[in-house]
Amino acid sequence: MAPPSPNADGLVVGSNLERVLRAGHFAVCGEMGPPQSSNPDAIRRSAQHFLGKVDAVNLTDNQTAIVRMSSIAAAKLCIDCGLEPIIQMTCRDRNRIAMQSDLMGAAALGIRNVLCISGDHQCFGNHPEARGVYDIDSVQLIATVRGMRERSELMNGEGTPPRPRDPSKPWANVPTPLLVGAAANPFGDPFEFRVVRLAKKIAAGADFVQTQAIYDLPRFQRFMDMARGRGLHEKAAIIAGVLPVKSHKALLYMKSNVAGMSIPDELVARMQSAQNAEEEGVNVCVEIIEAVRRIEGVRGVHIMPPLWEKIVPEIVSRAGLLPRPTFGGPTEVK
Amino acid sequence: MIVADRKPFEEILDILGDAERILVSACNTCVTVCLVGGRREAALLASQLRIHAQEAGRTIEVRENSLERHCDREFLDALTEDLEWADVMLSTACGVGVNLVSDVNPTRRIAPAVNTTFLGATDVPGRWPCGGSQEGNCEVDKETPCAWQDIIERLDGQGRSAELEVFEPIKDWRPSHAGGRRRRIVEEVFAGDPEVSE
Repeated sequence: MAPPSPNADGLVVGSNLERVLRAGHFAVCGEMGPPQSSNPDAIRRSAQHFLGKVDAVNLTDNQTAIVRMSSIAAAKLCIDCGLEPIIQMTCRDRNRIAMQSDLMGAAALGIRNVLCISGDHQCFGNHPEARGVYDIDSVQLIATVRGMRERSELMNGEGTPPRPRDPSKPWANVPTPLLVGAAANPFGDPFEFRVVRLAKKIAAGADFVQTQAIYDLPRFQRFMDMARGRGLHEKAAIIAGVLPVKSHKALLYMKSNVAGMSIPDELVARMQSAQNAEEEGVNVCVEIIEAVRRIEGVRGVHIMPPLWEKIVPEIVSRAGLLPRPTFGGPTEVK
Repeated sequence: MIVADRKPFEEILDILGDAERILVSACNTCVTVCLVGGRREAALLASQLRIHAQEAGRTIEVRENSLERHCDREFLDALTEDLEWADVMLSTACGVGVNLVSDVNPTRRIAPAVNTTFLGATDVPGRWPCGGSQEGNCEVDKETPCAWQDIIERLDGQGRSAELEVFEPIKDWRPSHAGGRRRRIVEEVFAGDPEVSE
């Protein structure tokens, strides 16, 4: 499959996600964790659950600091399956040399979307002895990708490829066409600062924003009120995160072990008393999607089903998000 | 100041091996303030070594001394005699001190008794700051107050919260661990000194 080409229809990178957002559709993103092995079939199998049900799928970058297949390699496997990837890139494991190199490599393989994040601290993963890199932070990474895309320029000001020494000579610059995503957590502390940080990421160049999983709707409403108050919803596409769970235990686990989560006790009780917890998990997820869709400024939903990819078609269908738009051309999902 | 932690006793025993004459040398500066490598801690370590040897049926001799600073050449002469006597000098100073004493005494064996950890200020005795946030505490260690939370609160309190929105340019790490060997010359003091301003 040929990579999506920019400049057609005034698009910046020409990704399916960009087309969906540009056309004003309510976007649907999925999420996949690459396998803890070199097995490509794990990605291929998982991709089947997302095909035609989402506009693009996130490939996590060694999430929770557990070693997994590279998000870029996994993304290429998705492209080969006809599924558009969003690679996640953390600042935890690579310095600026490796990150810029991987961004060029990802673009060369036809990847067109990147989510720039700090990354879970290495102490949470399976190599707590590892050195955290954090050469640059997520805001700086966002600005870097924009520089590589718009000015064909690296962090140090050099061009891609390097500009000729004689400025009168022509320079065949090669931009790195990547739609830039940022993460936002409306549930971390201090609450007022979360919108400030979002504003900073959007000012640095984020085209779209994916939020932490939403269970606490009133708090997310307040977050969106503040974001709209600053006009942030007009500057970047805010995509609301949802995470379907199969049991109340998963909620309790996140409540006590995942920093920056807000999970109402009523929800835990509802899941615990459900006859069929899996079915109730889907009901809750669909209700949250319907609720966030009504909030002004929310431009899409990001479904994160950890180890439960097969539930995605049902959630998307019941939330009334099918069929997904198609645009013809190289990014069409078949 | 430089903050350090005492190495586990087992690790110190491994470092010492068969050494019979051991010098435990304390530093009266940073490691004294962070309660890891001052005279008191050095004396404690020396006693621990003596008791351990006695229980193991080994004969060792342990001397103790202390210097104002291990990271300053002018104080190091005071070590010479004890160093010549000792098979090994166990230093409770930070890594800077261990390296300088080794440089000045290249034939002597100098070993660290502490792990140098970070640069920090004293907050309350027994508590030192570090880095995410949930209810004001660090996500990595729930007992530790989040430095970012503190920064945000302080700037809010001073009416300077707009500064939080300033884009920080990418950092030059050369003055940190990534820059290789570093030195700073105070030109006014050493102007014209051929040994310094080579």
